[in-house]
Amino acid sequence: MSDEPLRPSLERWLPLQQQAECCEPHPLVRAQELSLRYGPTLVFEDVTLDVHEGCITALVGPSGCGKTSFLTCINRLTDLIPGARVSGNLRLDDVDLLDPQIDLIALRRRVGMVFQKPNPFPLSIRRNLCLPLKEHGMRSRIARAEATERALRDVGLWDEVKDRLESPALALSGGQQQRLCIARALVLEPEVLLMDEPCSALDPLASRVVEDLIVGLRGRLTVLIVTHNLAQARRIADWAALFWKQDDAARLIEHGAVQQIFEAPKQELTAAYVQGRSC
Amino acid sequence: MGSRLFPSAWLDSSWRWRSLAVPRDAAAHLAVWGAALVVTGAFTWIVADVVGHGASHLSLEFLTAAPADAGLSGGIAPILVSTVLILCVCMAVAIPLGLGTAVLLAEFSRDANRQGRFVRRSLDVLAGLPSIVFGLFGYAFFCHALGLGFSILSGGLTLACMVLPILIRSVEAALRALPDEIRATGAALGLSKTTLIRSLLLPAASPGIAVGLILGIGRALAETAALLFTSGYVVRMPNSVFDSGRALSVHIYDLAMNVPGGDGMAYASALVLLGLLVMMNALATELVQRWQKRKGLLLV
Repeated sequence: MSDEPLRPSLERWLPLQQQAECCEPHPLVRAQELSLRYGPTLVFEDVTLDVHEGCITALVGPSGCGKTSFLTCINRLTDLIPGARVSGNLRLDDVDLLDPQIDLIALRRRVGMVFQKPNPFPLSIRRNLCLPLKEHGMRSRIARAEATERALRDVGLWDEVKDRLESPALALSGGQQQRLCIARALVLEPEVLLMDEPCSALDPLASRVVEDLIVGLRGRLTVLIVTHNLAQARRIADWAALFWKQDDAARLIEHGAVQQIFEAPKQELTAAYVQGRSC
Repeated sequence: MGSRLFPSAWLDSSWRWRSLAVPRDAAAHLAVWGAALVVTGAFTWIVADVVGHGASHLSLEFLTAAPADAGLSGGIAPILVSTVLILCVCMAVAIPLGLGTAVLLAEFSRDANRQGRFVRRSLDVLAGLPSIVFGLFGYAFFCHALGLGFSILSGGLTLACMVLPILIRSVEAALRALPDEIRATGAALGLSKTTLIRSLLLPAASPGIAVGLILGIGRALAETAALLFTSGYVVRMPNSVFDSGRALSVHIYDLAMNVPGGDGMAYASALVLLGLLVMMNALATELVQRWQKRKGLLLV
């Protein structure tokens, strides 16, 4: 039995850097000519996108243009969908994510995900966090308790729930549930966090809290966030990528620093979209 | 049950009276209430009949003494013991097998799968099979082929075969009714399928599992035909599960059909059977609730 934390990388927990300048453009996730099909239906095609380490990258675009599907390629949730076929090239650091032999459990430790609707497990608050820790080999109860507290502090939930860790997670409010879900993803210390419209089911105040929390993650891990809220993308992201459905498949229209996308878009489509004009 | 926001009293008062003002609603109302009344009425009648005829014969002695004079006097102690033993054998076999098969059907073989479809269809046929057929099968297979003879073990195993289809199908339905979200979330966190099933899906589906258990126990306790062939109808106290033993339902059948003047004792035994059924239901519900509480599941 080891009492060691999952990965004793202390530097991961150093004070967070908040400035966008910290983002050295060093690609961590690289997609090249990535396409996804569900059976005969082409979801998106030819997406070439570098996601830079430690930065927040926002995926924007209208509904149904493959943003969420793109996320699910990175943690291979596509494997759960019968008939899903991914082609092209997708790497996380030096790992080929499309390799069928890849260790999915290890991959999903490195790549966490937060879903659109808050979806805590129907378990107690503590067990929501302890279950994944236990699953990934953290055997010591003390280590689990520490990791749980740290993750709950990270999302600003500790003071709200520390006296009722044994009560059902589903009794929390929507915003608290979503923060618990983020904590559940963070507790595994992933390198990449995929967020699928994490604020869209929340009220504006709760949404703001989650948004601040995401900004706080900058520099510590790489965040890929799908959002329909352009103002939000502009507020929190360092990079932005616009997905758009053309003909019968979605494509990546433009990708760049968030300021450039919003202030000096190169594509007419991007300009129209960010200004709210019909295209 | 009214929710917190809309207490049922509020719903009742506004909904019932306002709706009666519309003739068509009033008719529908009448039909619904009428149907409910007929069902509850029939049930109440049966219970009242059993209690009315049986209560006078019921005593502590009835529960603790062995039957005498072909059941006309004495009690039902050995029969009660046999019944409980048969039920224990049945559940000890049916619950693990049932949960395993249900998990296989719901989580590992989706509809498109041919073997899954075959298993499912077979189970549906089995669930509707007359119990006498199970009895013959049990007699041929457990009593003869496996050489278990007329015994509580044979009876319990035969009942397990009868209960399994119901149990499996209701647990499978309960698992399928869970949102796919749980599975996706679990997978995204890198949980293994085993953990997902053991720690999340089965606890979340436990109310459905309880329903399957209760239906199964009901079918097992009520069974007469299949047990006549397999566990026999000897009234002595069983020493082990390899002994023959008479189940309560068989006892009731025997008293009512073969023993002149046995009606009173048959009613008393039926009352005990009814009580046993209610107790088992309460126990199943209680166990599931405890399990859910221990797992931290929300009880709404």
